[in-house]
Amino acid sequence: MSYDKELYQQVILDHNRKPRNFHEIEGASHSCHGVNPLCGDDITVYLNLDEDDVIKEVSFLGSGCAISKASTSLMTTFIKGKKVDSARKIKEEFHKMILGEMDPEKDEHSLGKLSLFMGIRDLPSRAKCATLAWHTLVGALDKKSEGISTE
Amino acid sequence: MSDSNTAVTGNAVFDVEKIRKDFPILSQTVRGKPLIYLDNGATTHKPQRVIDRVSQFDAEEYGTVRRGAYKLCENATQLYEDARKKMADFMGAEKPGEIVFTSGTTQAINLVAHSFGKRFINKDDEIIISNIEHHANTVPWQVLCEERGAKLKVIPVDDTGELVMEEYEKLLSSKTRMVAVNHVSNALGTINPVKEITEKAHAVGAKVLIDGAQSTPHMKLNVQEIGCDFYTFSGHKMYAPSGIGGVYGKMDLWEEMPPYVTGGDMILQVTLEKTTYAKPPARFEAGTPPITQVIGLGEAIDYLNEIGMDNIAAYENSLLEYGTALLNDIEGVRIIGNAREKASLISFHIEGENPNDGHPHDVVSWLDQDGIACRGGHHCAQPTMIRYGLPATTRASMAFYNKTEELDALAESLRKGFPYGFVVL
Repeated sequence: MSYDKELYQQVILDHNRKPRNFHEIEGASHSCHGVNPLCGDDITVYLNLDEDDVIKEVSFLGSGCAISKASTSLMTTFIKGKKVDSARKIKEEFHKMILGEMDPEKDEHSLGKLSLFMGIRDLPSRAKCATLAWHTLVGALDKKSEGISTE
Repeated sequence: MSDSNTAVTGNAVFDVEKIRKDFPILSQTVRGKPLIYLDNGATTHKPQRVIDRVSQFDAEEYGTVRRGAYKLCENATQLYEDARKKMADFMGAEKPGEIVFTSGTTQAINLVAHSFGKRFINKDDEIIISNIEHHANTVPWQVLCEERGAKLKVIPVDDTGELVMEEYEKLLSSKTRMVAVNHVSNALGTINPVKEITEKAHAVGAKVLIDGAQSTPHMKLNVQEIGCDFYTFSGHKMYAPSGIGGVYGKMDLWEEMPPYVTGGDMILQVTLEKTTYAKPPARFEAGTPPITQVIGLGEAIDYLNEIGMDNIAAYENSLLEYGTALLNDIEGVRIIGNAREKASLISFHIEGENPNDGHPHDVVSWLDQDGIACRGGHHCAQPTMIRYGLPATTRASMAFYNKTEELDALAESLRKGFPYGFVVL
């Protein structure tokens, strides 16, 4: 996937304007509230796992910038139907990409369309906007009832 | 629009291009575009003469202050105290000793909250702040109230960003011990009627602290005319180095107050059983102070005095009027804070095609692509944001080295951003 800034901006704009899976799951088996205290991004991720640890349902609610909202929206579309172990692995890869430790244009990865966030490595002040969704997902999987904060 | 950059102030013509040459950082490019620095409310840049003075002091004159009977120390002490005198004169204080140096306004307010609080605040006493305070003038008073069993009261703000003075009067009573408000709101730019606030507080026997972090760099000050009991400042917001600031306090109050930080330099005599304290201001300046930074502050004050604070205020006001008209002209930009009296700071909210477009963090990243440095966030004033029903705003805060062309560029970049929802990647 070659880097197409304009196209990727459009994808983010679209997910920001029409976030996917943007609702609460009543009686979710897992959920977590995540915040970026310094910039105020605020999301809650909801999950339902089946007995084989497959993510059957995933959704979110919250407010924040376009990057945080689009990142969460894309995450929900990407991990639905995947196993928990696989989702955790994707989170690690995503994090490495944002930090610039993995280059999706050169290195092997399983991020698929999520690699469109690679541009964030050049915007370090926005890294937490992009990764909040994933930290919150892991918080939900780990049943962190107190919520998570990126600070 | 270059005519607008040469505001006639008094007899002098304010020549911004000449001023800009004093600030080396302003000539750089960011992402290939000229830097347009509009985050002066957060921190300001240093003129070359402050940079040079600090460097020369460290290279040739550095020594500790207030102890040691050798030449370097005596000279450094003299320069340090000269800077205190300069700051006192700059603020219109009666005596240099009324200025206590701290690391900045945050520490200054903490000093007063702790020390004044320990001496004067008791259970059921009341402290008044406003709804448009920086967290630095909110949290120390909240903590003090919790510790002492006192009550925190809040002056409401109207839709334009002005304090509701009738409500303030209702909050005042014989229980009020302290009124702590800013002179200029860092989130909205409102200039508060601090003299009137002070007079009303004094009428019920309360003391007054004015947070001057945002006002000190922008207007001619006279703390005696305001009549306040304490007035804080931050050096890095007034073209001086970071790590230095302080607070003016009336000497009779300082004399009654206990130390906040204890240790070396603030003592009269120490035995293993008991310590007696030095007189103010030394009582409140424990430890080796930021000596070099104080010298830099003194140089910044000389620089500001040479330009003239009235000239600065007049020129910055012309920038404010120009920028306000420009942003009001953009459909989808709503200015937050339209007080009648404002400093050169414009907070705004984007109302784009879609309600999710134009979050301040996206807007700030967008502007950064054009080399424009603005602040997006809650400005450490979350209660203010809550009041206006917003999580955050974008803020352009101007200094006297800014020019109208830079505000044109801001407006142009904003207009360009709407179709893209201000998304940057």
